[in-house]
Amino acid sequence: MSTTTSPLELQPGERVLTGWGRTAPSTAVVRSARSTADVQDAIVTAGGRGVLARGLGRSYGDAAQSGGATVLDLSAMDRIELDVAAGTATVGAGVSLDAVMRALIPHGWFVPVTPGTRMVTVGGAIAADVHGKNHHRDGTFGSHVQSMTIVDGRGDVRVLDQVSTPTEFWTTVGGMGLTGVVTEATFDLIPITSSRISVDTVRTRDLDHVMDLMLTGDDAYRYSVAWVDSVHPSGRGVLTRGGHADAERLTSAGAQDPLAFDPKVLATAPPLIPNGLVNPLTMRAFNEAWFRKAPKKRDGELQHIAEFFHPLDIVQDWNRAYGPQGFLQYQFAVPDDAGHLVGAALAALRGVGALSALTVLKRFGAANPGPLSFPQPGWTLAVDVPAGVDGLGPVLDRLDEQVLGAGGRLYLAKDSRMSPAMMAASYPRLAEWQRQRDAMDPDGVFTSDLARRLSL
Amino acid sequence: MMDALGEPQGVLVLGGSSEIAIATVLALPRGRLRRVVLAGRPSPALGEAAATLTRAGVQGVESADFDASDTSLHAGVVDAAFDGGDIDIVLLAFGVLGDQAEAEADPDAAVKVATVNYTGAVSIGLRVAARLRQQGHGTLVVLSSVAGDRARRSNFVYGSTKAGLDAFAQGLGDALHGTGARVLIVRPGFVRTKMTTGLDEAPLTIDPQDVAKIIVTALRKGKETVYAPGPLRFVMAGLKSVPRPLFRKLPL
Repeated sequence: MSTTTSPLELQPGERVLTGWGRTAPSTAVVRSARSTADVQDAIVTAGGRGVLARGLGRSYGDAAQSGGATVLDLSAMDRIELDVAAGTATVGAGVSLDAVMRALIPHGWFVPVTPGTRMVTVGGAIAADVHGKNHHRDGTFGSHVQSMTIVDGRGDVRVLDQVSTPTEFWTTVGGMGLTGVVTEATFDLIPITSSRISVDTVRTRDLDHVMDLMLTGDDAYRYSVAWVDSVHPSGRGVLTRGGHADAERLTSAGAQDPLAFDPKVLATAPPLIPNGLVNPLTMRAFNEAWFRKAPKKRDGELQHIAEFFHPLDIVQDWNRAYGPQGFLQYQFAVPDDAGHLVGAALAALRGVGALSALTVLKRFGAANPGPLSFPQPGWTLAVDVPAGVDGLGPVLDRLDEQVLGAGGRLYLAKDSRMSPAMMAASYPRLAEWQRQRDAMDPDGVFTSDLARRLSL
Repeated sequence: MMDALGEPQGVLVLGGSSEIAIATVLALPRGRLRRVVLAGRPSPALGEAAATLTRAGVQGVESADFDASDTSLHAGVVDAAFDGGDIDIVLLAFGVLGDQAEAEADPDAAVKVATVNYTGAVSIGLRVAARLRQQGHGTLVVLSSVAGDRARRSNFVYGSTKAGLDAFAQGLGDALHGTGARVLIVRPGFVRTKMTTGLDEAPLTIDPQDVAKIIVTALRKGKETVYAPGPLRFVMAGLKSVPRPLFRKLPL
């Protein structure tokens, strides 16, 4: 018997990781960090392939994976502490927004920003500087962070906030985990009296219709998002807008506990789904059904928070529906004067048969100081497409050029295929960010497949 | 890094003047390609291969000295290539055909073929595999041959080296299964290249560009073994089951 261990076989702790789109896998040693000391130890003992923190793996591309590296799982750092007087929560970086909501909604507090899934960690929300349906009013998650604790590339523990360390703070917000490992954050909460949203719904005829309604009416709503039928050439859709409902409306309707919050997973997608389940026929049927199920117009409907914000969380592992070749999400932001790119992008993708089930249109408000923070004022469109579609690459490259030409950019938490040149040109403050990142991580300990691919 | 649409950024060619390898680099999606290392013996052919790629608009073409038969230098070749950045695709494309009659008359000539085609491939293949494992991703494409599927009287020295190489590549692929690093075995039949110039063409003869297309499709689909052209799979399955007394008499 040989006593030499094979360098080829999978070693204990090694795992093959992908993003939510299940494309371009790579293998890393996944290590659980239970304390700040664990994080420091991982950083100072890092090998040549570096260190990266990974949350729940909901970024679509390669942001939360790093081939050959040590990938830190901070789910054991799970503190949740509510400060009622300050209206803030102090939460471990590995805690999911799902856990935060389950803990805080019954006490009458809501997170300042939630993306379309609750299954993201606080650390991930800061790294990607996530946005939600209230961006036009409230900005990103990062802008509501009062302070955060990180371990930088030297292994030093630092507390960052917007006032005393604005440079380090905003380099980390939207910095894709490349400035340090966030271990804890304190962020603002929204006081609520019920766990329901009062929702106004309108079925929209075409893109002009929905964009006009959003331009003229979004300011009256805290939350606003439009779903667009990617199959129908008109770009018809469903616009849903709303705000937190007052408890009086629920109690008058007979509700026992206006702050109840216990969303369930109703189904789990099976692990093996063949390629081809998502095809033009099923996409056509899905889009038609999604359009038809919405009321033509209804005001003041009470929806649970989970139903309004996170409809997809009902089906666990729904990303498997795209089969083994996986999928990607193309999300861009462009200024108001380039609103025509929304229709142009949908037409270009229809042209190669890349039909999307989840096509989401939103308005963005003001940008924050983060050099790599994605949102900028104007429109943002997000489109899911199967990665196996023939001719998809050139179509997306042409769209990149149009987005860039309009002064827009792509969202790093979704990207899995843009070129390094597109990255540098569309984020003109990249060099400034890199200088600040180098100061926080002089030896380049933090890296990811995304960082290597885009030369960040 | 390979992106979500299977577009590579870094490619290493072992046997840098191989026509099949150059055709494969040219057939790969090129939009994200930024570094192609052509490793081979310094020769006009290697320089011409690099010039062909550069003329075609391929970015970042480099040449590196590599001699398959000098295994003492292999570690340095592999380290230099991988230290310059992640390699998404490695094409193991070197090999010599040799002359069967000469090999039978001069065993040293046969040993030379075996050293390049088999020993050299084992040496560099294991070193490449270790680096793919360290970086956590990447595919080693091994150019085998249908000649390795069944030894023929007319070229069994070459055929036996390809049989050994093929068996090595299969085992290596199995060892790497589930690690993020992969092996793709390509078994071409008769391909019109400088290696086969002057030989009689066999049925199903194809060009390097045809093999290249098959390799690129197989990479995108994550295949483990492909024949080039595809129908050779069935031809070879038939030939492998022919009894030896009959096989000896076949005009192959």
